[in-house]
Amino acid sequence: MSPRQAPVRDVAPTVQRLRLRYAKRGRLRFSSHRDFQRAFERALRRAGVPMAYSQGFNPHPRVSYANSAPTGTASEAEYVEIAVTAMLDPEKVRLALDTALPPGLDVIEVVSSKTSDFIERLEASVWELELPGVSVKTARSAAEALMAAEEVMVERLTKNGIRTFDARGPVVAVEVPLPATPADPGGDSPEGGIHSPEEMADCAIMRLVVRHVTPSVRPDDVLVALRHVANLVPPVPVRVTRLAQGPLVADVSGQTVLNAVTDPFAADRG
Amino acid sequence: MTASILPGETSSALLVNALSDDVQSVFPELERLLPLVSKPVQYVGGELNAVIKPWNDVAVHWALMYPDAYEVGVPNQGVQILYEVLNEREDVLAERTYAVWPDLEKLMREAGVPQFTVDGHRPLGAFDLFGLSFATELGYTNMLTALDLAGIPLHAADRDERHPLVIAGGHAAFNPEPIADFIDAAVLGDGEQAVLLISNVTRDWKAEGRPGGREELLLRLARTGSVYIPSFYDVEYLPDGRIRRVAPNKPGVPWRVSKHTLMDLDEWPYPKAPLVPLAESVHERMSVEIFRGCTRGCRFCQAGMITRPVRERSAETVAKMVDAGLEKTGYEEVGLLSLSSADHSEIGLIAKGLADRYEGTETGLSLPSTRVDAFNIDLANELTRNGRRSGLTFAPEGGSERMRRVINKMVTEEDLIRTVATAYGNGWRQVKLYFMCGLPTETDEDVLQIAEVARRVIETGRKASGRKDIRCTVSIGGFIPKPHTPFQWASQLDHESTDARLRKLRDAIRNDREYGKSIGFRYHDGKPGVVEGLLSRGDRRVGAIIERVWSAGARFDGWSEHFNFEAWMLAAEGALEGHVVDVDWYTLREREYTEVLPWDHLDSGLDKDWLWEDWQDAVEEVAVEDCRWTPCFDCGVCGQMDTEIQVGPTGATLLGMPALPSRGGDLVAETSS
Repeated sequence: MSPRQAPVRDVAPTVQRLRLRYAKRGRLRFSSHRDFQRAFERALRRAGVPMAYSQGFNPHPRVSYANSAPTGTASEAEYVEIAVTAMLDPEKVRLALDTALPPGLDVIEVVSSKTSDFIERLEASVWELELPGVSVKTARSAAEALMAAEEVMVERLTKNGIRTFDARGPVVAVEVPLPATPADPGGDSPEGGIHSPEEMADCAIMRLVVRHVTPSVRPDDVLVALRHVANLVPPVPVRVTRLAQGPLVADVSGQTVLNAVTDPFAADRG
Repeated sequence: MTASILPGETSSALLVNALSDDVQSVFPELERLLPLVSKPVQYVGGELNAVIKPWNDVAVHWALMYPDAYEVGVPNQGVQILYEVLNEREDVLAERTYAVWPDLEKLMREAGVPQFTVDGHRPLGAFDLFGLSFATELGYTNMLTALDLAGIPLHAADRDERHPLVIAGGHAAFNPEPIADFIDAAVLGDGEQAVLLISNVTRDWKAEGRPGGREELLLRLARTGSVYIPSFYDVEYLPDGRIRRVAPNKPGVPWRVSKHTLMDLDEWPYPKAPLVPLAESVHERMSVEIFRGCTRGCRFCQAGMITRPVRERSAETVAKMVDAGLEKTGYEEVGLLSLSSADHSEIGLIAKGLADRYEGTETGLSLPSTRVDAFNIDLANELTRNGRRSGLTFAPEGGSERMRRVINKMVTEEDLIRTVATAYGNGWRQVKLYFMCGLPTETDEDVLQIAEVARRVIETGRKASGRKDIRCTVSIGGFIPKPHTPFQWASQLDHESTDARLRKLRDAIRNDREYGKSIGFRYHDGKPGVVEGLLSRGDRRVGAIIERVWSAGARFDGWSEHFNFEAWMLAAEGALEGHVVDVDWYTLREREYTEVLPWDHLDSGLDKDWLWEDWQDAVEEVAVEDCRWTPCFDCGVCGQMDTEIQVGPTGATLLGMPALPSRGGDLVAETSS
């Protein structure tokens, strides 16, 4: 018998690449990246998207996932790219996929890809941390202490064992707004907060701009750093949302945190 | 019509369901705990095709539990079917709950968060009816955790109108005596019609203002003759520990309770919209049940005995269910489920029809259980045409011809060798063989014969494929005698002998220089089988063991990393102190014809004399045929249950199915762009 060979199939060629921005909201923030992958690939089938498939023994749809937010973290700015075998209307695809995905995994925007190096354009993220039980004053002084430090080494268990790295360096900017100015999450409003009004009275919001580096510095790592430099220990779990990902503006100083990161689709919209 | 039920309730009923007036989600409290536990997504619900109804829109509230981890429980077909059957009813809602892992259990206790459903995150204690599906007895301790977390008294006797009725179903419910203290009711057999019956009785009783309280509701259920209420039966024992008799203690309660049998599966095409979880589960595919029941007559097989007769779903209905299910789920694999899927009278038509239909859509088909003698390569090729080619699994169960005659698994070694030769010759590289150890009359030689079979499989496979890199995995399970089977009287092999026998087999495989490296060997030690055996054939005295071991921390007994044999034995010692019986008495002891078995008052339709004769035939190594294709052997089921065998072929084709919509048609960009 002939050596083991993958069957040669008639695979339709890729005609178009689509880039999607989606949100992970409310209770769905507890889904992992793998959970999203499964849900997304099923949604592609249910929505009838004519996907391009890879060759080989186990053909799989051509989907590229960008750096996904950690399990437990909500996000308004996750990105994924798909290859399809027909020229599709991005808005129709957005609607079909949004319908096929469960509520809480919401497709916000779809563009036809006109550029390369998309992943490289995702230079930084804006994170929002809700700190119940922490006053604005406490949060501000912790943020100042963090920015005053040269570097803050933290440890994290990774696939390759415990790694020690600097969680301060990649933090480009921090702000703690007054409670009266909640962030505009953009798009549909996420599921209502988990904290009662009494808690909110003492619930600082901290926004961070963090550059994407390797190993990546996550909000959790920054929280550890805040504990190191300012002994900040929130009494209940912190709720984290990624508000944006994209190119970092050249000069962050003088910008609000929300303006420090720009739209990664700008070049594709053209 | 039913909308007026709630307002019409008496003041005591309002007190009873103080919660149900406006049952709030406990999600806000739960949500604070989720960042602290592993795999939190399993607790958030949000599955595709899940249903959440307003609490006050319905008269009857069911919570359904598969008492194992979410990843095991969520694909369970039984729960999915009942969930949908109940939610289709306007006056009923059903939500699901699963066992929480110990990390979350601990936090829930600290924070005072009750057992919750994953649909509406409503507290379990607020529901009218709490149905549990026990595929295995090893879920019993998880039931106690759920009751305790819900604030429901563990003992049925301590419950009142504030608490749900606790109802057991699933195969283990054919002997619910070990959990008789903890459940209010048990249902034997197919649940589709039974849950509707129970819903109606409950709805009417509530509408009438709950006359006679909880006991009246249970009496009404008992008098239907098809719901078993353990507290309405007294068990008396003989001085030597055996049961003297089991008798009803209330007027109108029948001496025996019958199983339910669903006839005409084409009228019950459930699940129509299978649940698709976000979290990874043990079955990442959609399942369609192609028939229920099996009359092959394997003597160890409780499922085959208690689900008689064979009832096929037609090829046409199967095709429609696959079509609708794929559209609603987006799954890329469909499992055609049954106890022996290649035995469907139209399996060839189904496999070819579906493979044709889904050609080019990357949709795979699988037959999870296939007999060696019913397998053919055309069928296998159809199944793998559009999807991946996974390994093949066959279950000869017994290593020697003699053993297979004893258990009535009538596949010959030649059948097996011919089948695997074809498979290897057609490009399969991996075959898995499943056997049992500890069967009645078994000797070391019978088990060592498994090594011989595996050697022949590799030898034949190398010749057929012309390659050396083919493999065969031998997987062994310990035999556990089950109620309502011809082996219900048999002695279970002690775990030391099981382990010793399997060591000899392992050495025989390992020491084979020529073929040993191509044979994988997977087995578990015999200790969990002792507990499963105790729970399978136990009586009401075993309940105290379950409660004791649960109090000592037993959870998730089906998981080797959680199972604690010593804790079980210690609990048994304590609970049975002062009794004349012990664990060996329940497991190792061979029973006699005259003994009253704990489940004799529960009617599976099987004639006890027929089972006994089949047991005698087993010992004498006499095989019997399948009544689907030969005359009836009078097992008793069809007569007792007024049922009949339903098999095709129907002669239908799948040509009448509407064409699949072409992919992406609606999404194409306007040509102007």
